[in-house]
Amino acid sequence: MKSISGIPASYGIAIGPAFVFDRAEIVIETYSIKDPAAEWKRFEEARKKTHLQLDEVYLKTVEESGEETAEIFNAQKLMLEDPELIKSIKTRVEKDLTNIESALYETAESYAQQLEAIDDEYLSARALDIRDVSSRCLRNLLGTTDSPADGLKTPSVIVAKDLTPSDTVLLNKDFVLGFCTAEGGSTSHTAILARGLGIPAVVGAGTEIEDIQNGEDLVIDGDAGEIVINPDPDALKEFRNRQEKFYKIKAEAEDVTHQPAVTTDGHQVEIVANIGNVEGVQAALDAGAEGVGLLRSEFLYLERSSLPSEEEQYQKYKTIADAFGDKPVILRTLDVGGDKDIPYIDMPREANPFLGVRAIRLCLSRPELFKPQLRAALRAGHGNNLKLMFPMVATVDDVIKTKEVLEECRDELKKEGYDVAEEMDIGIMIEIPSAAIMADQLSEVVDFFSIGTNDLSQYTLAADRTNAQVAQSASGFQPAVFRLIKGVIDAAHANGKWVGLCGEMAGELLAIPILLGLGLDEFSMNPPAIPFAKQLIRAISFEHAQQVAQTALNLKSDTEIREYIQIEVPEVNLG
Amino acid sequence: MPEVTVTINHDVGLHARPASMFVQTAAKYSSDIEVTHGETTANAKSILGILALGAHKDAEITIKAEGEDADEALKALEQLVLDNFGENE
Repeated sequence: MKSISGIPASYGIAIGPAFVFDRAEIVIETYSIKDPAAEWKRFEEARKKTHLQLDEVYLKTVEESGEETAEIFNAQKLMLEDPELIKSIKTRVEKDLTNIESALYETAESYAQQLEAIDDEYLSARALDIRDVSSRCLRNLLGTTDSPADGLKTPSVIVAKDLTPSDTVLLNKDFVLGFCTAEGGSTSHTAILARGLGIPAVVGAGTEIEDIQNGEDLVIDGDAGEIVINPDPDALKEFRNRQEKFYKIKAEAEDVTHQPAVTTDGHQVEIVANIGNVEGVQAALDAGAEGVGLLRSEFLYLERSSLPSEEEQYQKYKTIADAFGDKPVILRTLDVGGDKDIPYIDMPREANPFLGVRAIRLCLSRPELFKPQLRAALRAGHGNNLKLMFPMVATVDDVIKTKEVLEECRDELKKEGYDVAEEMDIGIMIEIPSAAIMADQLSEVVDFFSIGTNDLSQYTLAADRTNAQVAQSASGFQPAVFRLIKGVIDAAHANGKWVGLCGEMAGELLAIPILLGLGLDEFSMNPPAIPFAKQLIRAISFEHAQQVAQTALNLKSDTEIREYIQIEVPEVNLG
Repeated sequence: MPEVTVTINHDVGLHARPASMFVQTAAKYSSDIEVTHGETTANAKSILGILALGAHKDAEITIKAEGEDADEALKALEQLVLDNFGENE
């Protein structure tokens, strides 16, 4: 048994044999030719054939995933007809007397490399398209039209270096249990496709997965981003149980999805969703979310080449907030910097980006970035329950400055005659230890807190959560983190304010009894975790949770806390 | 050689669908057409060249054309950009 971790790209657990999607490297030989005209004719024929295939693939993709996804194949057609590309291929064939395969391969490769060299995620992805279309044409030239996808005859987990749109369109989706790829991020083609199909996926798992052999037993844990090769019987049994439980609880929760999370002794908490785009709304509602505890606004800024306009932001925020009616939707303002970079926002390189100008600090220093977002939010919040939340607040002064900018925007909008939300609740993320310590003063200037445990843990433990060697120390289960959380909740409650938690911990079954016992008012998590969290809360009592939390605070390590909860609250093992 | 200068208003810039439409429009004319953005110039009929211009939203591009139908070509391309590639907001 061996396990490899990658980026969780699509929820659920897949168990099955590996199907290694090996795009047999096309072998390109280079040789001299005597008859360039005949060579060129071969190219014309191969191109014609490629066009027909692309038309077919286009139609199939429109059917399966819609016009927007299919558009890429039209662009690929244009690439293959690109006059500059054709001109340089022609020079190689007619002047250098190079065979067409080599001429095409070399030219396409040089274009792909040029695009890759530009520091732009979108253009790098287009390099994949040039390679995709040129290898399709090369296969036509060489008469090797078989796609590796043809070999998929039984339900399997697809293992690949990376998958191109042409690859995935040919896969028989009935046989795809899950995906894992060595390359790619959560916005890669594979990731988007997997989420669209509702199939688990782990991407960006590194070259180690290239050692996986066809037919080897695999488990894809799309929740944790883990790939397990040849799981031993015990582990396999556990994954099967989780898989079964996942579907069972999901089914059960569907019946009670609109019922609240109330403990056996009548204590009710709010269960809301973390979402990252308009598409997330339906998943959140279906899962039984009572609102949105964290709407990450970064989605509007990614995968594009310039800032989104105020109007565009307004439309998107309004769509989301209106979808939830009078249920709360908490919009977190732009949280970039640190490990999140946006190419068209000029951010100076910093020695310690996690301790530098990120999130609210960046926004306060760039009104041209911040104000359109605040204006859009104030307009979008008219007639629904949209709330605003600011990330990475360290001091009371940060809040005062931010509120000044917000008021400025409100005044401007009113003068311009817009309808704006008169009373919009303002909250802050508690993710810097100084903010946790100063929670008593901060709760006087805001309406609510939301604790970001991912960052709070790494800043408290001085351990980079992206560094595998110290990530364990950055675990939110450290007693130090729970003590800070307790302080924050107590301080807020003393001022009559409520506290939520939107870090990964909110959806972790082991953490829920402790957080509940500490008095957390709102749990915000990824939609798939909601049914499980609600079931757990309904199964335990608030009184017991309070006792458990008290004991946990006095334990000495994260391991002790985890073990204690597993024994003391056996319901966490049932989901 | 006649030329026009226009500003790209589309959110994705001269990429994705707008880039395809631009190239397909240019290809309808026999004239040689080139597009300049900053220091880079590309053949208006080359999708790869147009993409590599990196013309984002609000970028100013200059289009030049030479040939029999140069004026019509410029007019059509200018109109395409002004119409925001058929997606008026």
